[in-house]
Amino acid sequence: MSQPAYDVAIVGAGIVGAACADEFARRGMSVAVVEGDLVGGGATAAGMGHIVVMDDSEAQFALTRYSQRLWQELRPELPLEVEYEPCGTIWVAADEEEMAEVQRKRDFYTARGVATEVLGPQALQSLEPNLRPGMSGGLRVLQDVVLYPPCAAAFLINRALKHGAKLHLGQAVTHGGQGRVRTADGAEIGATWVVNAAGAGAADLTPGLGIKKRKGHLVITDRYPGFLNHQLVELGYLKSAHTVSSDSVAFNVQPRRTGQILIGSSRQYRAEHPEVDQLILARMLRRAEEYMPVLARMSAIRAWTGFRAATPDKLPLIGPWPGDRSLLVATGHEGLGITTSLGTARILVDQITGKKPEIPIEPYLPSRIVPEHAHA
Amino acid sequence: MNSLLRQEFDVLVVGGGPAGMAAAARAAECGLGVGIIDDNATLGGQIWRSSLGAAPEPESLNWTERLRLAGAEVLRGRVFQQPEPGVLLAEGEDKLYALKFEKLVLATGARERFLPFPGWTLPNLMGAGGMQAMVKGGLSVKGKRVVVAGSGPLLLAVAAYLRRHGAQIVMICEQATWSSLARFGLALLRQPGKVAQGIQLKKELAAVPFSANSWPVAASGKAAIERVTVSRNGRMEEIRCDYLACGFHLVPNIELPLLLGCEIENGCVRADVLQRTSIASIFCAGEPTGIGGVELALIEGQIAGLAATGRDSEAQKLFRQREKLRPFVRALDRAFRLRPQLRSLPSPETIVCRCEDVRYSSLREHTSWQGAKLQTRCGMGPCQGRVCGPATNFLLQWDPESVRPPVFPARVESLAFMQNLAEPRA
Amino acid sequence: MPDQLRVTVNGTEIVVPPGTTVAAAIVLAGQACRTSVGGEPRGPLCGMGICYECRAAIDGSPHRPSCQVLCAHGMEIRTDE
Repeated sequence: MSQPAYDVAIVGAGIVGAACADEFARRGMSVAVVEGDLVGGGATAAGMGHIVVMDDSEAQFALTRYSQRLWQELRPELPLEVEYEPCGTIWVAADEEEMAEVQRKRDFYTARGVATEVLGPQALQSLEPNLRPGMSGGLRVLQDVVLYPPCAAAFLINRALKHGAKLHLGQAVTHGGQGRVRTADGAEIGATWVVNAAGAGAADLTPGLGIKKRKGHLVITDRYPGFLNHQLVELGYLKSAHTVSSDSVAFNVQPRRTGQILIGSSRQYRAEHPEVDQLILARMLRRAEEYMPVLARMSAIRAWTGFRAATPDKLPLIGPWPGDRSLLVATGHEGLGITTSLGTARILVDQITGKKPEIPIEPYLPSRIVPEHAHA
Repeated sequence: MNSLLRQEFDVLVVGGGPAGMAAAARAAECGLGVGIIDDNATLGGQIWRSSLGAAPEPESLNWTERLRLAGAEVLRGRVFQQPEPGVLLAEGEDKLYALKFEKLVLATGARERFLPFPGWTLPNLMGAGGMQAMVKGGLSVKGKRVVVAGSGPLLLAVAAYLRRHGAQIVMICEQATWSSLARFGLALLRQPGKVAQGIQLKKELAAVPFSANSWPVAASGKAAIERVTVSRNGRMEEIRCDYLACGFHLVPNIELPLLLGCEIENGCVRADVLQRTSIASIFCAGEPTGIGGVELALIEGQIAGLAATGRDSEAQKLFRQREKLRPFVRALDRAFRLRPQLRSLPSPETIVCRCEDVRYSSLREHTSWQGAKLQTRCGMGPCQGRVCGPATNFLLQWDPESVRPPVFPARVESLAFMQNLAEPRA
Repeated sequence: MPDQLRVTVNGTEIVVPPGTTVAAAIVLAGQACRTSVGGEPRGPLCGMGICYECRAAIDGSPHRPSCQVLCAHGMEIRTDE
């Protein structure tokens, strides 16, 4: 067979595919990005754009922290429309039990160099006066950021293009692996490496990937500048993200630079259709109203859904796929795709170029989910 | 705080303009439970919008009275979501309606099409129908210089109305060619009712300069519009004005039909001879099935109301009247089709999406409505693409995507409706 | 029902007949309804509650489409927030 046209063909121009394209291209490899729809579509278009460190596990912390640092380094290059806002997160504790969780998180982050501030009820109320009174307090994480993901993905793609990458838009990918990507119009792109960054659709491309779709809802309001200062997340959020089998909602709101309030969040299993689910939407909004009663009278101008790509162990798949020497996987980021996109790209490209990754990569290796290839 | 009002109807009519009123009246006259919901303070829609201090149009009064006598219930609210088949949610002043229905008649009317050109976002530049609605709502135009521009028979009706209220109509600019208008005039001759209207308008507007093959090119002013430059049959002319009433004909309001899953053809709701949509329990009448004016809306509304209550044979009696109006609908469509020259109206700096201030140059970088929306936020504002959608459809041939609820902005507490709750949230 | 209604637009009192919409009152007061995201003054466009250019704060409630709200005696209308 003749020399493949590209070093790398990346399937998917969402935030993860875009970050990978940017990373590969800047390291001098020839890159093709193949996307059936839009740059920055899929979960990238639907999600909240919250760049957040998480402490569910060491592996999750390592990747979110590493990637958040990379976003900080990238900040000066980001154009205005990416709307990078370092507003910080407050994990809100509604009772004493959740306040104990605040202390636990605080200790975890302090031990690992993440700056936080414990807020008592008065401090919380003065920082976020629209929270209902009676909260126990919260944990403020100062370096968390919000941004507008579709424009961030476009920025990364454009930077990749400036470094010689090629973008193939508009044809659905029908095959990705064995050194080539095939699209619905019959065209074929040969590459030494194929990266599956297809998000919620990744399992259609690579059978056995074990990616499940986790549906979410969001609502955005008209402009209410000054209403909200931080991304606010209830501490029950983690419990919701962790249950594997039941549909759940959690209080999660974000101030956008426009002054609009983004209201989330929900998680549904076995929901394949993209229509707004009135029951889940209502539960989500009522949960939000419990925390911020003033939301009830605000004008909601849009509601939409999206599908997160979820793995069974809540860690993404980043690395080679056993059984296909050309195939690399970069997917399964669930609700942390924006946060971990830059870190994902780095450690993936490090693996290929033989550079030592800055964080241990074993927890994310795809081989872990394939029984005959799993390490001890 | 919303109060939740649950109601059930045999037939629910959405839209209180001529088509909706006719549908609701005919449906209610057979004794079934009928509700009609509209977001204005009084029924009549746009064409029969009531005016402060003035008597309503006789036809409007007639249908309102028929509705009342037949026992149809009038609700004030705006439908925004279908939480489950057979139920619509509508938001009122401090109310949330959960309306259960057996049959639904969609009579959501039409809105004006706006095309962007430099300066079009200045205050006191309104739609033609928009200007009329504002005057009916108390805006005084006595002694004010008004230019009426754009396209469609609405321009003449608005010019006459504003003149009756003391405005000095400096000029009417119609983008259609003289020959298009002449052909339209000939088609009108076959519609006796419209001939009478036409003659009346001609008398009222005898002194007003009317310029075909003309359109606004730029508006300017400091805090509000002070002058408009028009291309008048190819030559530029600057006109001082206090108001510019400018609209380019009409587009059907198909958002709710789309949400409900009704099939759309050429931008209109597909309806059969009985005004039934692709969904058996949903009927559609008036402008959403095709821009056709008030007479057609009244006929289609009646057919829909009769068919929705199972009186198909009575509905059939109206088929001939509807057929007679078809040539007018076709003539209307042909005469006022937008000329390609209008595509060069916006400059790169011209704002196209008014909600998000997205300029034409930003939009042209993209190849689809979806792509532009995502990257520029065009269409993501409270108008939900109702203004910029038809504009970009004409300028760039973009097709907007399917709709999602809410089809109008609604309060968070209204979106949070849950069907199985025994009573509203405390 | 009073013959005329007194309302305030950005603190200035004006008198309008009953049946006047808030949007008309704002225009009569010589004010713009809102400021766009790019800083432009905006007034009503469609007159039928669709374009949302006429949004104003009425009696403390922001983002009300003012062309669809009738003036009431004593109403406080603000467009300067």
